[in-house]
Amino acid sequence: MLGKLTWSAIPFDQPIPLVAAALVGLVLLGVIAWVAIAGWLPYLWREWITSVDHKRIGVMYVLLGLVMLIRGFSDAILMRSHQALAYNAPGYLPPEHYDQIFSAHGTIMIFFGAMPFMIGLMNFVVPLQLGVRDVAFPTLNSVSFWLTATGALLVNVSLVVGEFARTGWWPSPPLSETTYSPGVGVDYYLWAIQISGIGTLMSGVNLVTTILKMRAPGMSYLRMPMFCWTALASNLLIIAAFPILTATLAMLTLDRYLGFHFFTDEAGGNSMLFMNLFWAWGHPEVYILALPAYGIFSEVISTFSGKPLFAYRSMVWATLAICLLSFTVWLHHFFTMGPGGDVNGVFGITSMIIAVPTGVKIFDWMFTMYGGRVRFTTPMLWSVAFLVTFVVGGATGVLLAIPPADFVLHNSLFLVAHFHNVIVSAVVFAAFAGYTYWFPKAFGFTLDEWWGKAAFWFSLIGYVWVFTPLYVVGLMGMTRRLQHFSVAEWYPWIVAASLGVIVMVVGVVCQVVQLVVSIRRREQLRDVTGDPWDGRSLEWATASPPPSFNFAVMPHVEGEEAYWAIKQRAREQARLREEPDYEPVEMPLNSPTGVVCAFFATLVGFAMIWYIWWLAALGLAGAFATFVVFAWRDRVEYEIPADAVARINRLNRASRLEALQQARRKEAA
Amino acid sequence: MSYTEDRAHADVAPGDEYAHEEFGTGLRSYLIGLGLALLLTAASFWVAQTKIMWAPAIPVALLTFAIAQMGVHLVFFLHLTSGPDNTNNIMALAFGVLIVFLLFGGTVWIMHHMNYNMMAPVEGGVKMPLQKGVPLQPEPQRGGSMQHGGGGHH
Repeated sequence: MLGKLTWSAIPFDQPIPLVAAALVGLVLLGVIAWVAIAGWLPYLWREWITSVDHKRIGVMYVLLGLVMLIRGFSDAILMRSHQALAYNAPGYLPPEHYDQIFSAHGTIMIFFGAMPFMIGLMNFVVPLQLGVRDVAFPTLNSVSFWLTATGALLVNVSLVVGEFARTGWWPSPPLSETTYSPGVGVDYYLWAIQISGIGTLMSGVNLVTTILKMRAPGMSYLRMPMFCWTALASNLLIIAAFPILTATLAMLTLDRYLGFHFFTDEAGGNSMLFMNLFWAWGHPEVYILALPAYGIFSEVISTFSGKPLFAYRSMVWATLAICLLSFTVWLHHFFTMGPGGDVNGVFGITSMIIAVPTGVKIFDWMFTMYGGRVRFTTPMLWSVAFLVTFVVGGATGVLLAIPPADFVLHNSLFLVAHFHNVIVSAVVFAAFAGYTYWFPKAFGFTLDEWWGKAAFWFSLIGYVWVFTPLYVVGLMGMTRRLQHFSVAEWYPWIVAASLGVIVMVVGVVCQVVQLVVSIRRREQLRDVTGDPWDGRSLEWATASPPPSFNFAVMPHVEGEEAYWAIKQRAREQARLREEPDYEPVEMPLNSPTGVVCAFFATLVGFAMIWYIWWLAALGLAGAFATFVVFAWRDRVEYEIPADAVARINRLNRASRLEALQQARRKEAA
Repeated sequence: MSYTEDRAHADVAPGDEYAHEEFGTGLRSYLIGLGLALLLTAASFWVAQTKIMWAPAIPVALLTFAIAQMGVHLVFFLHLTSGPDNTNNIMALAFGVLIVFLLFGGTVWIMHHMNYNMMAPVEGGVKMPLQKGVPLQPEPQRGGSMQHGGGGHH
């Protein structure tokens, strides 16, 4: 009846996961109880959970990303503090638990922290920057988000029901085959990633279609803001690369469930093929995360330098070059597996070539700042810190791209320090830059600058403090994922890295405090005009938060930096544009399809993990029924009457006009 | 300025596109496509069984028909044309083909080398050199030279 699921699946003998899960569960229950007692559940269901508005879905993606970043960070705290106590000692985590933690850390950070954060920002910003009302397929967008949430849920369920993979975040055979991993850990990994991977792929299709087909009139490709370009490249990579991951993990699933031999070394299988296919997805994935980050830095640096982006076209070309080259370097992840000198040489060279377009970008950002009036706001601080620290990560990357050097450093903590150096500098810094930059657009008030800067400085110092010792100890020969060690020379460096974690914790706390303080001070921080940063692209041309239809009338784009041109004209003539002729707007109806689909997907995933076949069949049938019900719906859209559109738009026009006249008076005085 | 203008016209922004294709022409193109696809399929079956052709030429013929079949599907069913409003689709196809080529070609090349270097030799068999003209070397030495090949001094 319940497959492999018995009471023994709950780790009663391990206090750490149980207590942690109980705490999280209590907090969750408390929040739900609070929401229910306050009577907000209907509002949440109507306006958020079933919403197909790209802005709402974007916000929910970012929220999921934030929560999971904290979850992954708590794994990091466990690993660093455990290792500090594991010199000639067993530490406090038993090996089988420690292995699950480093596997969960990588899986969560990449798939459920960084990915939702970046996809959420793209979801929120891209339609606004393109001057359109929603993404191409709004309901599909909701399905994508909820499937990603399903994956995150499954990974977290593994904390208390059963176990998570002990294989590392890429489950390479033969370790991940049933012979060596008979438990449900790898199955949790497989179903969580497969289900959220479907969501990611659909989200990629959605955003590519939006960018190619739905731009505002006059918004030709070479007038798109840089973030839209990087979003396009990133989503093209999603479409091209995620099917590789899905197919590879499907093959491993067949191996584990039906006794196939894709990746076993007997019966005609080949375990090295898994490594090859996984990294054929894995390296493009690095750029799926990094490209939107580059886009965010482009927007932030240009806005806060008060200048157009330097060498816009070279940025476009660099973006597209990275998009293509990212598919030519995957072998550098397994130089040491034995491809031989010829193959290693070719991939070593391509790995160095891909640093060139990124170098072009670094110079473009620096020249954007050069001669500008730079305002060091929180998003700008994150961006400048990125420029400095990312160059170090890039340099160590080029070093590791040399096969002989990689033979010395492969799977050492030097490698760990390198990829954290690039992915934290690029993705996490960009995530927080973008979060602070677009927060007022989403909620109508800016975030508190003092706490933002405190969060920035503690995070930056903590991050350098953690990973510099890891570079050193990696060069001394310490490999990654050690549960305990007995080399005296490594010990001080490991302790130093652990102290850095404490500084990072302060940074994270500041980040949370910033949000709380900002919500409490929201009346002082109110963004009335919709353009708090003196922005240059179209998202700042509408109110904050934007109305559900984004723009009262479609903006007509006449050049690069669409909004800057409009704003300059308004400033010169000291008046706003002519009021447009308002027309009624058709918007898609909200739909519970996404969340219901994800509910059934969760059943399927959980049932497959525990071999509860009837439940899996039920879940599949339910998901299909949901799709049928959606396909046969009678009403697709609702209409917002023209006078409602006019009323909403006039409010924003009035506050913009006032701000304009205020600026004139100040100039005159 | 004129350069920018030209570029702006080259990629057509949404809303500037024109509606096209009436129902009659659409149906006719589908019928032509169906006819061609059937013809190519029939031809493939005929070629596979015929005795008229020189045997080694048969796979080449099948390959040609297969590629032609793909072309027919792309043009008549997926409406891939060389028109200015079709640039997106052409680019998407080119990108897809390139990625498949990189992934497939790269994987075959990598796995061939890795199998040669790392997999246990066939029992009783002799491991042949990977490239013609390269002298056969004993296995341990090969592995060793690979590891220290570019390493230089330590």
